[in-house]
Amino acid sequence: MHSSASSIQTMRLGLIRKLSDYLYHHPRTTLALLLGPPLLWFAVMYLGALFALLANSFFRLDDYTGQVVRELGLNNFIELFQPANRDIVIRTTLMSLLVTLACALIGFPIAYYMARYARGAKKALLYVAIMLPLWSSYLVRLYAWKLLLAKEGAIAWSLEKMHLTWMLDAVLSAPVIGGNSLSFSPLGTLIVFVYMWLPFMILPIQAALERIPPSYIEASGDLGAKDSTTFWKIILPLAMPGVAAGSIFTFSLTLGDYIIPQVIGNSTPYIGNVVYTQQGVAGNIPFAAAFSLVPIIVICVYLWFAKRKGAFDAL
Amino acid sequence: MRSKPPIALNVAVWAGVAFLHIPLLLIIVYAFSAEDKSYIFPPPGLTTKWFAVAWERDDVWRAIRLSIQVACWSTAIAIVLGTLAAAALARTKFFGRDFVSILLILPIALPGIITGIALRSGYNALDIPFSFWTIVIGHATFCVVVVYNNAVARLRRTSPSLLEASMDLGANMFQTLRFIILPQLGSALLAGGLLAFALSFDEVIVTTFTAGQQTTLPIWMLQELIRPRQRPVTNVVAVIIIALTFIPIIAAYWLTRGDEAPAAH
Repeated sequence: MHSSASSIQTMRLGLIRKLSDYLYHHPRTTLALLLGPPLLWFAVMYLGALFALLANSFFRLDDYTGQVVRELGLNNFIELFQPANRDIVIRTTLMSLLVTLACALIGFPIAYYMARYARGAKKALLYVAIMLPLWSSYLVRLYAWKLLLAKEGAIAWSLEKMHLTWMLDAVLSAPVIGGNSLSFSPLGTLIVFVYMWLPFMILPIQAALERIPPSYIEASGDLGAKDSTTFWKIILPLAMPGVAAGSIFTFSLTLGDYIIPQVIGNSTPYIGNVVYTQQGVAGNIPFAAAFSLVPIIVICVYLWFAKRKGAFDAL
Repeated sequence: MRSKPPIALNVAVWAGVAFLHIPLLLIIVYAFSAEDKSYIFPPPGLTTKWFAVAWERDDVWRAIRLSIQVACWSTAIAIVLGTLAAAALARTKFFGRDFVSILLILPIALPGIITGIALRSGYNALDIPFSFWTIVIGHATFCVVVVYNNAVARLRRTSPSLLEASMDLGANMFQTLRFIILPQLGSALLAGGLLAFALSFDEVIVTTFTAGQQTTLPIWMLQELIRPRQRPVTNVVAVIIIALTFIPIIAAYWLTRGDEAPAAH
């Protein structure tokens, strides 16, 4: 009894050993076994879905039945070049560029300080301070801005206490950026976009700055450069790949977002809003699919520019 | 060599940090506000009664439960797929390796709306009705990369001589996996899992496109943002969400302090 059990045990161990040896001597098989499940999942669930999206963009909606007609055609893409749609694409791209610029201007000093001056506990604290907002709830942060920017909210109150209400009124009555209150103005939309994506800009710039060898900066000083010359001629050019990497995030995140303009702003539509309403209320998935290819194309063009700036070395 | 930072830089840095954190602090203040009709600041009075009101709300509880269930399933799937992918890609080089790593990042690199509408088109093409599982599939897909990143960073840090020593001492591959690799990987997987959980728990865009009638907590929050019905309850839920997401993030950061790529990067 006992011996037969242990012989089964030995046999099992022998099998495991054989299997282990087999896998050890056939690394390709091991690789296929490891890679199989994730690759299958991504091929079916994700590439399949992207393919369905692409296919859908060539379908059309039957005007009478409201059903999707699965015939290939270019109607959706012709529709994209209508002036109204073209304006939306231009507006969204412009907003994405503005957000990227603002993030770079606000983010650079923070990243610079983290990389060059902060040490030890202070550095860790700053790192967590940047990372926490990045990972905490997007909607809660958006809600916080609804509270901050409201007509009766904290910003208006603080300005009133500083007797600066006239300044707020002047900004809000300005064309294009103004509105009823900050909460309903394009300026508000811009501020919230910048707030949301700022950490995505800071972290890659900091990483790029950390990689600059201190000897470069010492060499520059030894050769007689002033601190400001060293900054403009050595540090800034070497940090540019980080800025470019960060800008990929800020640009593409703004381009695809439809929730921020829906909650903060004067409800001028952006690309995301059109995609959302077309697939939802209008039930026109084909047109929504075609429109959602626009940000992909814009991002690809942007990536091409970023690659030339060396952004991918800093990711 | 390293001198003191210029005053202007100091100001810019701390103003930036304040900009990032004041909104979060404000959320906490508003949860105790006695006002229930507007967003008035400063709050006319402070009270804790809204916590009790929110506690009684069935719709909030249902949304929290659904979100936790979705996040648990997505995290579980992401841990399995992400670990397998990391094991395959960490050290071996093969044709198409870059393609696979880009494929893993794509769902999170492309704007959520594209992932969302792609999944929706896919379900539509296959006539799959929306359900709990259509949400889980979407969330799991973009969570894989977080687990993968953490696991790959840890595997690359683990010295190959450990594995060789284990094999030299007569352990087979499974014993090496069980006694050497998994203990090394453990905290990185835990961190990746926590981040995946936080990511799924907070996801709204992909969920909107794959949920049908299901209301997760972010969908509930979004409805309140667009059409505020009971502001004080929303204020309280916002604080609860912050608390629920801060814990896994801080824990994940702490677990992966030494790795080459910090967890939440």
